[in-house]
Formats: sequence, structure tokens, C-alpha cells
Amino acid sequence: MQFSKINWFKFAAPQRFYRLAGQIIPWCGALALVLTVIGLYVGLFLAPVDAQQGDSYRIIFIHVPSAWMSMVIYLAMAFWAAMGLIFNTRLGAMLATALAPSGALMTFIALWTGALWGKPTWGTWWVWDARLTSELVLLFLYIGFMSLHAAIDDPRRADRAAALLALIGAVNVPIIYFSVTWWNTLHQGASISFSKGATIATPMLLGMLVMALAFWAYAIAIALARLRVVILEREQHAQWARAELGTV
Amino acid sequence: MVWNSWSDFFAMGGYGLYVWGSFGVTAAVLAAEIWSVIARRRVLSQRMHDAANAELGEV
Repeated sequence: MQFSKINWFKFAAPQRFYRLAGQIIPWCGALALVLTVIGLYVGLFLAPVDAQQGDSYRIIFIHVPSAWMSMVIYLAMAFWAAMGLIFNTRLGAMLATALAPSGALMTFIALWTGALWGKPTWGTWWVWDARLTSELVLLFLYIGFMSLHAAIDDPRRADRAAALLALIGAVNVPIIYFSVTWWNTLHQGASISFSKGATIATPMLLGMLVMALAFWAYAIAIALARLRVVILEREQHAQWARAELGTV
Repeated sequence: MVWNSWSDFFAMGGYGLYVWGSFGVTAAVLAAEIWSVIARRRVLSQRMHDAANAELGEV
């Protein structure tokens, strides 16, 4: 075939991907660090105070990136779980299990910072509003995925059962995203939209986008680092894994 | 630069508790996540070493 000069399935072998991930992690980690410093500098030192919300709005620089990542990671997890299910690749299922804890933590951060932002702006830590409730459901989906996977002893069966849960739960992601337009929520609408562009000031937008990129880089680095441990756990009886762990 | 002094910066216009509560907990959660991955690998490595040593002991 003309377009298959790179054999992508080569990297589907856990041992190969283990090495590849090891090369990617330092770059993504360093990128995350640099972008965080730039993003925090723009967000906390350059961006002006908000006319309506005062300085409380600065929570946006972690709230929005973490909320985006909570959804992006879920979609990535569901995608790789599906790949594991359809093509019966071990690596796909391992990637899904490596992504789940990071996604759950991003969801927690989004909810936590949301509560701390809600108190000064809405006067309440929490409301059972469509956006907040669907994000809480996302947290339960991540916890459900991890618990189900941990509850089944045979890893291949655990992969399949958890993949099914991840796929069904994916319905929740568009619900979160569109909740602010579908329902009349207390939560404000999107600050950036594909049709209208951004509705916030430039340094605020810049800080938010740099922080979003920082969260992306961090999520890739930490998920790949966890994936490497998952691969070693699952391949622990293979010669190369034992060599990597220094037990041969 | 939008601040006149460091105390100004830390006060966050009276929203210090909310802003630093958000940034602080986020930093702590991410640090804990990194530590947990490192610890998970260390536990695996230790378990493999113990198993290898036990095998040697039996022979």
C-alpha cells in the first residue's frame, strides 16, 4: 500500500511502545513546565482584573483547562478502549487504564476549582445545574471504569468489561459540552466558540490557551508514564520487562 | 504588571482564599499524581525482586 510507509502497528507491541513513550515523556514534561510558567505569568501578572468578578476570575486559568482535559481524556480513554475491544490489541486497553486516573483527577480539579469560583460569583459552592451535574457524572464514570477494571481478576476480561462501560459513558461528554446551551444553567456559556470566536480579553484568552496547552502536555506525559508502569505490570514475566526492572 | 506589591498579589483583591485554594489544591493533586506513578513502579520493582530472591532461596 502506498500510504503505509510507516507501519503504525509496529508500535502496538507493548515493548516497542514502552521505549517510544520513554522518549516522548521528557519532552512533554519539559514543555508542560515551560508552558505552565508562561501561562501563570500571563494569567497572574499580566492579565488585568475583571470588571465584574474582580480577581476571582483568575481561577479560569486552571478551571477551564482542567475541565477541557477531563472531557478530552475521557474521549481518548473511550477511543483506546474501543481500539482494544475491536482489534483485540493489548496496548489499546492498557492506554485506556493508564488514562483513567488522570482523567478522574482532572475532573476533580475542574469540580474543586468550580466550587471555589462559584462561591464568590454565584454565592454557592454547588448547584444541581446541568453543567455541574454532568461533570460530576463524568467523575463517577471514571471511578466506575477503574473500580470495574480492578474488580475483575482476568486482565483481558477486565479490559473488555471496562471498555464497554467507557463506550456507553461517552454519551455524557457531549451532554457536558452542550449543557450550557441545551439547558438554562447557572454556569456561563463558552468563553470561546467555533462560530463567534472568543468573548474575553486578549491577555486573559492568551493565558487560558497557554495553560490549556500546558495541561495537554502534562496529561500526555503523566499518562505515558503511567502506561509504562502498566505495561511492566502486565508483561512482568517477559524477559525484557524483567531486565527493565533489574530482576534478571 | 497589575500588582503594586506582593501582599497585594497574595490578597487577590480579597479573593485570595478562593484563588489560592484553587491553585494550591491543583498543584498538590498533580504532585501527588506524579509521586503515585513513581511509587507504583517502585512497588512493582520491589515485588519482582522479592519474588526472584524467594525463588533463589528455594533452590
